Amino acid sequence: MWLLRIAWRNFCYRSLSSVLTTISLALGVALVVMVLAVFGIVTEAFSRNAQVGYNLVVGPKGSALQLTLNSVYYLSQPIENLPYTEYMEYFDADTRAAMVRKYGGDPALGERDGVYVPMIGGGYAIPLALGDYLGDFRVVGTTPDFFEKLRHGPTLEEPFVMREGRALVSHSEEYGYFEAVLGSRVAGQLNLSVGDQFSSTHGDPEGKGHGKKFTVVGVLAPTGTPNDRATFVNMEGFYLQENHAKPLTGEETIVPPSEAPEDPDGFMPLTIPEREVTSILVRTGMPMMGVVLENQVNESLRSQAAAPVGEIAKLMNAIIGPLLTALLVITLITCVVAAVGVLVAIYNSMNDRRRDIAVMRALGARRGTVTGVILLESFLVAVIGATTGWFLAHASIWAFSGLIEDRTGVQVGILTTSAYEWYIFPLVLILAALAGILPAASAYRTDVGTNLAA
Amino acid sequence: MASWKLTPLLHGKLEAYPTAASLDPPDTDPTVTEPTTSNTSDVLKISDVIKTFDQPGGGKLTVLDIPDLTIRAGEQMALIGQSGGGKTTLLHLIAGLLTPDSGSIRVAGIELTKLSEQGRDRCRAATVGYVFQTFNLLPAFSAIENIQLGMAFGNRAIDTHRAYDLLGKVGLADRATYRPNQLSVGQQQRVAIARALAGKPKLLLADEPTANVDPASSDTVLDLIIGSCRDENIALMMVTHSMEVTKRFERVEHLDKLNRIFETI
Repeated sequence: MWLLRIAWRNFCYRSLSSVLTTISLALGVALVVMVLAVFGIVTEAFSRNAQVGYNLVVGPKGSALQLTLNSVYYLSQPIENLPYTEYMEYFDADTRAAMVRKYGGDPALGERDGVYVPMIGGGYAIPLALGDYLGDFRVVGTTPDFFEKLRHGPTLEEPFVMREGRALVSHSEEYGYFEAVLGSRVAGQLNLSVGDQFSSTHGDPEGKGHGKKFTVVGVLAPTGTPNDRATFVNMEGFYLQENHAKPLTGEETIVPPSEAPEDPDGFMPLTIPEREVTSILVRTGMPMMGVVLENQVNESLRSQAAAPVGEIAKLMNAIIGPLLTALLVITLITCVVAAVGVLVAIYNSMNDRRRDIAVMRALGARRGTVTGVILLESFLVAVIGATTGWFLAHASIWAFSGLIEDRTGVQVGILTTSAYEWYIFPLVLILAALAGILPAASAYRTDVGTNLAA
Repeated sequence: MASWKLTPLLHGKLEAYPTAASLDPPDTDPTVTEPTTSNTSDVLKISDVIKTFDQPGGGKLTVLDIPDLTIRAGEQMALIGQSGGGKTTLLHLIAGLLTPDSGSIRVAGIELTKLSEQGRDRCRAATVGYVFQTFNLLPAFSAIENIQLGMAFGNRAIDTHRAYDLLGKVGLADRATYRPNQLSVGQQQRVAIARALAGKPKLLLADEPTANVDPASSDTVLDLIIGSCRDENIALMMVTHSMEVTKRFERVEHLDKLNRIFETI
């Protein structure tokens, strides 16, 4: 114990050098802890986002990752669109016939079941139409099924909860086809609430604004998923914006709708040949049928099916994981550099301390004792630096916990630790031991006679 | 809890505090035993000691060739000699900080030349006190802590009461928590004396302890060293250049006469 006190006194005696060295080590450790925390938060966020509640995302042929990014994360650009009839392949003949009656189109569409119906059994298919923006946030055209059937959360049992208002409906007396539901972050950032109206822009955030405004009827409670930063609008209203209808060739067979609701403004839903979907979120009744459906869709000429969980895992492994690993390696190097700083600081002080060491030896201290004092000094810097750095990092993370939860849905407490953090202390102690070896060896070799006479 | 600055390094808890010996691994050197003078009153006995140093250009330079030198328990001896004559080297040999090329050095009955370095460290800590010309107090520690360190390294339990008694004896009871740089030169030397006595040595080696203090302080320092050694029956070997200092000693040895190399010059 008295060796530790001697080391502590030496630490205090050279306070400026000791504190600066400790700070550099603390910052290195803080960086590592923060990177590990970011690693954990990103992994958790990706993991949460992978809990999408549906097995497959179906879209046009192209990149499966791009399809996942734009349909699950509302990032990147949509690949292309699929004809609405592709979406109808997930429904039985009766539902298809009802669609024809409601929207207008070829009556033959309602005479057969969709080709994917046997695999859906008890599941659902929800269409998405993308391409418009509200500010920087994606506008997602969809149906009321999105809010009724989709679930999220770790157990995939949590329904969407409205913080304010209600979910959109396909047509209301009040707002016709132009209802919208905002993700929590969209509402917060754009300061919009129920009753407010907005125009979406076409193609990109700075694109031309559409003329017909949507009315906000609901705001989602935070879900910790990308849905928090999406603006959901009724797909019928989305179709009715200018330039959203697919041009007709004139060769289509269209029977006018017979069951479309009357709209006070005279709007009518687009006919089936005029409708397109960007992607379809599909959940099969039996999980094993997801694989069968995926294969069958991918064998088709027009569309592809991607499993979001697999694509997210690939994204993690291919891009995010290596990036975070690289970041971690860089910060670990920072720690090594800090440890070298400890070495340099203690080693440089050795010239001033040779006489002290010689005096200690003359008083009866053994070579091992003075060597131990130097190593303990290095350990003191390491323990104080690592502890300070750890608390600094966690305090910083905690300070931003609200923002992190808001952006990612991941809750971070001041003592939320990553499993890898427990390796930091032993690692820093090993680094300290390595950093202390050279000066300790110098202390060990100190010639008493020469230095006492100096 | 008091601050670090005001808390003696090893304050109290005498029973609980480990001794240096208890912290060290068992000494495997069979020649290292507890010092004893039971069969002899000689605290120091040097026989045919030769010490050489390597010369920069090659070859060896013999600095000491002492056939015989003995100091009895409680005896006080002044050692004088020309500068560079090997006085400090002789003290380092007696303290076990250097080893002779040949010959025998027995301190408190222990043959130093047969000990390992670790054994010499233990022997020095247990039997020898050392007062340096430049005091060599450890600057990071207070006056009382410097004294306690003398005990800690001396294979002894930390006797806080003795440390304060020694500090009182050298007239610095009110300077216990002062760092060396807060003490005058004379005060620093007095702390150094108290530190050298802390380990209850059999032999006190003093290397020109008055060389760096003013004449008034010099008398005080001499009184303390000589008086303390007499009170505690500690043999004293003091290197000095001062004839005034030698007048305080009954026995004065000239290294030039002890050292055979001067006979051949």
